[in-house]
Amino acid sequence: MSNEPESNGSAGGLFGSCPLPISAHKEIVLAHGSGGKLTQQLIQKMVLPQFENDLLNPLHDGAMFSLNGARFAFSTDSFVVNPIFFPGGDIGELAINGTVNDLAMCGARPLYLSSAFILEEGLPLADLWRVVQSMRQAAQVAGVSLVTGDTKVVDRGKGNKIFINTSGLGLIDAGVNIHPGRAQPGDKIIINGPIAAHGIAIMSVREGLEFESEIKSDTAPLNALVQSMLATAPDIHVLRDATRGGITSALNEIAGQAGVGIRLQEAHIPIDEAVKGACEILGLDPLYVANEGKFVAFVRPEDSELVLSVMRKHPLGQKAAIIGEVVAEHPGCVTMKTRVGGNRVVDMFSGEQLPRIC
Amino acid sequence: MKYLDEYRSEALAQKLVNEIRRILTRPWVLMEVCGGQTHTIVKYGLDNLLPPEVELVHGPGCPVCVTSLEMIDKAHAIASRPDVIFCSFGDMLRVPGSAGDLLILKSRGADIRVVYSPIDCLKIARANPDKKVVFFAIGFETTAPANAMSVWQARRQGIHNFSILVSHVLVPPAMASILQSPLNRVQGFLGPGHVCTVMGFQEYEPIAARYQVPIVITGFEPLDLLEGVLMTVRQLEAGQARVENQYQRIVAREGNRVAQDLINQVFEVCDRKWRGVGSIPKSGYKLRYEFREHDAERLFEVKEIDTQESPVCISGLVLKGVKKPHDCPAFGKECTPDHPLGATMVSAEGACAAYHAYGRHLQLKGEPKSRPAPEVAAP
Repeated sequence: MSNEPESNGSAGGLFGSCPLPISAHKEIVLAHGSGGKLTQQLIQKMVLPQFENDLLNPLHDGAMFSLNGARFAFSTDSFVVNPIFFPGGDIGELAINGTVNDLAMCGARPLYLSSAFILEEGLPLADLWRVVQSMRQAAQVAGVSLVTGDTKVVDRGKGNKIFINTSGLGLIDAGVNIHPGRAQPGDKIIINGPIAAHGIAIMSVREGLEFESEIKSDTAPLNALVQSMLATAPDIHVLRDATRGGITSALNEIAGQAGVGIRLQEAHIPIDEAVKGACEILGLDPLYVANEGKFVAFVRPEDSELVLSVMRKHPLGQKAAIIGEVVAEHPGCVTMKTRVGGNRVVDMFSGEQLPRIC
Repeated sequence: MKYLDEYRSEALAQKLVNEIRRILTRPWVLMEVCGGQTHTIVKYGLDNLLPPEVELVHGPGCPVCVTSLEMIDKAHAIASRPDVIFCSFGDMLRVPGSAGDLLILKSRGADIRVVYSPIDCLKIARANPDKKVVFFAIGFETTAPANAMSVWQARRQGIHNFSILVSHVLVPPAMASILQSPLNRVQGFLGPGHVCTVMGFQEYEPIAARYQVPIVITGFEPLDLLEGVLMTVRQLEAGQARVENQYQRIVAREGNRVAQDLINQVFEVCDRKWRGVGSIPKSGYKLRYEFREHDAERLFEVKEIDTQESPVCISGLVLKGVKKPHDCPAFGKECTPDHPLGATMVSAEGACAAYHAYGRHLQLKGEPKSRPAPEVAAP
C-alpha cells in the first residue's frame, strides 16, 4: 500500500494533491458512509485537517460551546434511509430523533431544530404529508421546536424520493460534562436496551424478508431518558448513540479518543430473540448492526447501579444492562469475553458488513 | 435462542475442554476444513480455550478465497457491461481482481446486486427482460444444489436472459492434495459439516483409510467444534483413522440424495484452479453442455486473462495448513482486508481475514499509553 499522495490531475495543482486515497479507493464507495474505518479515514484525512478547531476536533456527536455564560450543544445529521417507510418508523421520525439524540449525547436539552428537504420530482404529496406529520409528532414527543428550514427539488432519478437534513441546538445544564475523553479505567458501560433492531428492520424490508414476528426499528428520542440519568448522576463521563456501525463503532471511537481499553461481556449484551435469529439467518454480527434508539453511557462504578435502576424505570431503558467496563490495558482497543469463555477483539469494520456465503 | 444457545454454553464448553485436556498425551495438529468453522473458532476465541498441545490450522474451505483471480477478472468484465445485471453473494463484492472490486464497479454505475439465493436472480431476470442477468455461482458442494436449481428452474420456466458464471470447487480433492504435500502437518481433520449435509461422508472414508487420518464431520457452533476436536483427538490418541460424524443432527452418511441428483443433472466434474493453491484435477463443477444457454462463460466471450499474484503472499501455505496468518510478514501491514494481497485475506471467512477481523494483528499486551487529559472547559 502506498502512502504517497496521488495527483488528481489539474485540480491537484490548484488545490494541492488529494490526501486520499490512502486506501485503494479513488472514488466514493458506499462503505465511506458505513460509519466504519473508511468513514473515519475520510473525516480524519480529508475534512478534519481543513477545518481544525477546538470545537470540531473532539469529533463528538455535536459541538459544545459557551455563549454569554450558557453552554450549548450544536449538531447536524442527514437522513437518506431507503425505504422511507419501514416497520417502526419512517425517515421523518428518524430525522427528528437523530438530531435530538446527537444533542442528548452531549448531555444537552434539545431546544430548536432546522430541517432541509431534498425532494425528488414525482414524490407523491401524500408520502410527503405522511413524513411531515410524523416529524411533527416526533418533535412534540421530544419537546423540540422546528424553527427554520429549506426545501429543494431535484430531477427524477437524481435523488431517492426524499433526503432530510436536520440541525439542532440544545442547552447543557450546569454540572454536566460529557466528553469522550473522560472515559477512564473502572467506568462501567451501560446500554439502554437490546441492540440491532433498526438495521434488521430496514434490511428485512429491503430484502423482502418476512419473519414470524415483525422486527421494528427502535427509533426513539433519548433526551428524556438522558435527562433523568443526569438528574440522578450528573457526573456521567461519556454518552454515545450507537447508530451506524452499531455499538462496535461507538465503543471503538471512544476507546480511541480516550486512549483507554474497553472490555465487554458478550453474555450481558441484550438482544431480542427475533433480531438475534434474523442476524443468524442473514449472516450478520449484531455488534455491527445499526441502532436508532440505543446509546452507551460510561458511568463511574459507584454510580452504575443507581443509574441503571433509573434507566430501567424509563420506557426506553427497561432492558438496560451493564455490558462491560473501561480498562487500562490495551488502549484504543475493544475486547470481549465471548459467550463460551474465549476472548476476541471487537474491531471496527473496514467496509460495509456483507452477508457471508455460508 | 432455542437450538443455538445450547451450543454456546460456557459450562459445557469448559467440560469438553477439560475432557480434551484429560486424554491428551502429546501435541496434535488438526485442520478445520471450512471457512465457517475458522470463523467460529476465531470469533469465540476457541483456540485460546484449548490446551496448547492442540494446534488448529485453517483449511482451504473458504469458497470466496479460493476463487481464482482469472475467474474474478472474468466476473468483473461481465459485470461492467451495460446490458448486464450482475448478482452475487455479498462477500464476493469486496474481493479484488486485477483492477478493483465489484463495489468499485458498482460505484462507477455497474448494476451489481447482492442476493441471498440464486433463485432471487430469476425474479430479477423476469422483471428485466431487456437485460442479461448473471449470477456468480461460486462455492463448495454446499451451494451447488441451489445454484443448480436456479439453472434448472430457468430452463423449466423458459427464462432465457439468465446465466451463471460457475466457479464451483469440491472438498475431497483439496483434502487429498493437502495430505499428499511433502509439507503436510495435518494429522486429523474437522470435516466440512454443511458440504456433507449435501454429499454425505462416504467419499471421505477412502481418504481416512488411505492417508491414515481421522476425519470428524463437524458443525459450526462453538460446542460442535470443541466436540469435533475431542473426537479427533480421541481417535489420534487411540491410533485410529476413521470417519466419524459429530454433526449428526444435520448430516447423514448418504447425504441428501435429491440434492445430489439435481447437482448431477446440471453440473459435471472438471479440473479447477484454486487461488493460492493452483490447479487441482477433478476438483470443481462446470455446467453440462445441455445447459450451455445458461453458461455465462460461453455467452460472454472473455478472453484469457493473465494475472499475477503478490510475491510476498503466503496464502497458499496458509490454505494448506503449513503456515498461520501471523507467520506472514505482510499480515496486518501491507496486507489488510482493505488491501488484501492474496486469497486468505479477501473474504471474511479466509483465515487471514478472520484473524484480522478479530484483532489478532493488534498487540494487546503493551503497556497502557498515558491518557490525554480531557480538554473540556469546566461547566
